[in-house]
Amino acid sequence: METITRLIQYTPEISILEMSYILASVLFIVGLKRLSHPDTARNGNLWAAAGMGLAILFTILFHKKDGESIGNIPWILGALVVGTAVGWVAARKVKMTAMPQMVSIFNGMGGACAALISLMEFPKLQESLAEAGASSMLHGETLAILFGLTIGGVSFAGSMIAFGKLDEKIGDIKASWLRYLNLFFLLLLVVLLVLIMFKHPVSGDNTLIYFLTLLALIYGVSFVMPIGGADMPVVISLLNSFTGIAAACGGFLYNNQAMLTGGILVGSSGTLLTILMCKAMNRSLLNVIIGAFGGDSTAQGEAGDKTVKEITLSDAAVLLSYSQKILIVPGYGLAVAQAQHLCHELDVLLVSKGVEVKYGIHPVAGRMPGHMNVLLAEADVPYEKLLEMEEANNEMQNTDVVIVIGANDVVNPASEDDPSSPIYGMPVIKAWEARNVIVMKRSMAKGYAAIENKLFYHPKNSMLFGDAKSTLQKLIAEIKNL
Amino acid sequence: MNDVLMFFMQYREAIFIIVLSLFLGIEVISHVPSVLHTPLMSGANAIHGVVIIGAIIVMGHAHDVLSMVLGFLAVILGTLNVVGGFVVTDRMLEMFRKKKSKN
Repeated sequence: METITRLIQYTPEISILEMSYILASVLFIVGLKRLSHPDTARNGNLWAAAGMGLAILFTILFHKKDGESIGNIPWILGALVVGTAVGWVAARKVKMTAMPQMVSIFNGMGGACAALISLMEFPKLQESLAEAGASSMLHGETLAILFGLTIGGVSFAGSMIAFGKLDEKIGDIKASWLRYLNLFFLLLLVVLLVLIMFKHPVSGDNTLIYFLTLLALIYGVSFVMPIGGADMPVVISLLNSFTGIAAACGGFLYNNQAMLTGGILVGSSGTLLTILMCKAMNRSLLNVIIGAFGGDSTAQGEAGDKTVKEITLSDAAVLLSYSQKILIVPGYGLAVAQAQHLCHELDVLLVSKGVEVKYGIHPVAGRMPGHMNVLLAEADVPYEKLLEMEEANNEMQNTDVVIVIGANDVVNPASEDDPSSPIYGMPVIKAWEARNVIVMKRSMAKGYAAIENKLFYHPKNSMLFGDAKSTLQKLIAEIKNL
Repeated sequence: MNDVLMFFMQYREAIFIIVLSLFLGIEVISHVPSVLHTPLMSGANAIHGVVIIGAIIVMGHAHDVLSMVLGFLAVILGTLNVVGGFVVTDRMLEMFRKKKSKN
């Protein structure tokens, strides 16, 4: 029988290391807290980063395993330098619009890191259990290794697919059989986990663990594959909390408090954040994962015979210049076209003509909650001009013109009046309640939810076709010529 | 049953930390405005990069070539997560700060 008491190997170094971990944990917590308030957010990020730096530095300096200090330090430093250089440049160079993809990639890297650690620790553990003559792998450390490997692997593969979908390199697969396949994979994963736990430890017998790795990767792919591109932010947030749990498994394995607190904090706050995001879209997490979105939309196809009104640039220019109050509703199309600066230019120009210009921001406009706020802030649009959805809707009746730039699903009236629509019940910006609506759009193509938008056929609406950037340029020139 | 009780006793400190951190994580971000969802997700993403400590420990005790290679890779991946995560978050939040100072 094992002794329950753990030997405390006391050295001053270990004491210092543990203190640094407590400090790092505090910095993570304070950082997260500050990150959730607009005024302190940037500062909070730095606090958390400081905590991380501290934990890394003190681990390299003072960590000891069975009395052995950290070796291979030149290699570790080399890897740190390479990772820092690549990570820094990638994060600095990426366009603001591609931010969500970047977060997804970095999340995947963390998952892969956790999986690799488990993959390397398993043979060692098996060897030591075999030497100790244990009858099975049933052990707390095995549990941590297997969970770290599975969750990390799923998170890595899933994040890569999410990246591909956001970057529009991977299309959506809509097949209900995938759901059953997923359940089958999940069941297989559980069976494999149990098999490994109860197998007899034989040194060097690692076939099952490789099989588990492969299965975790396959499940990660098949888990994200059927989920629609519009739901990727929720998926990334979910995978983010997965990676947190994978990191915590590492903390459990090494009895490392910084990894444990950091991982679990992200795991739990990430889960809450995922649920909050779902709430912003008025959907449940289960609904996102199983995927009712963008399903069979053949029923909405009957709008074909309705007429679409087009507006010329000069008419649009006149309408805008002689309005009192204008609301701009930006969407992903604006972001893709990098037109946020032109949008601001139009805003300034109209204000100089005595028009009141505000922005109506839907919580999930763009590709992620808050994404649009970041993009407009980049273009120097003042904070107080950005109205949240509810404020915008309250002022809608007094608004002369709503300009929808590259947005679609977030202004779809079907969410209010068509119970058969997949987005029925989602809160939207009620553009149709304003006196006029101008929709700037490249074509009549459907939005990310892949459903028809009745706003385009609404009597108050006129379309201004073209790429957001060039249309805005022409519109600005036109208004200047008036 | 005895195994479960022993498991609990052996890892009671870790289990204690896990349970408390679970509640703390939920409490800490419960009042976040939706504007900050993306930066917060990105910041949390950087924090789980703490898994790099595990990578450093593995690498620090690697003796054969295979472990060295895998460990090296793990440290690079972990660093990407940490550095990339914090820098991306900072860039997002930089935008927020800029408009504040203009007011």
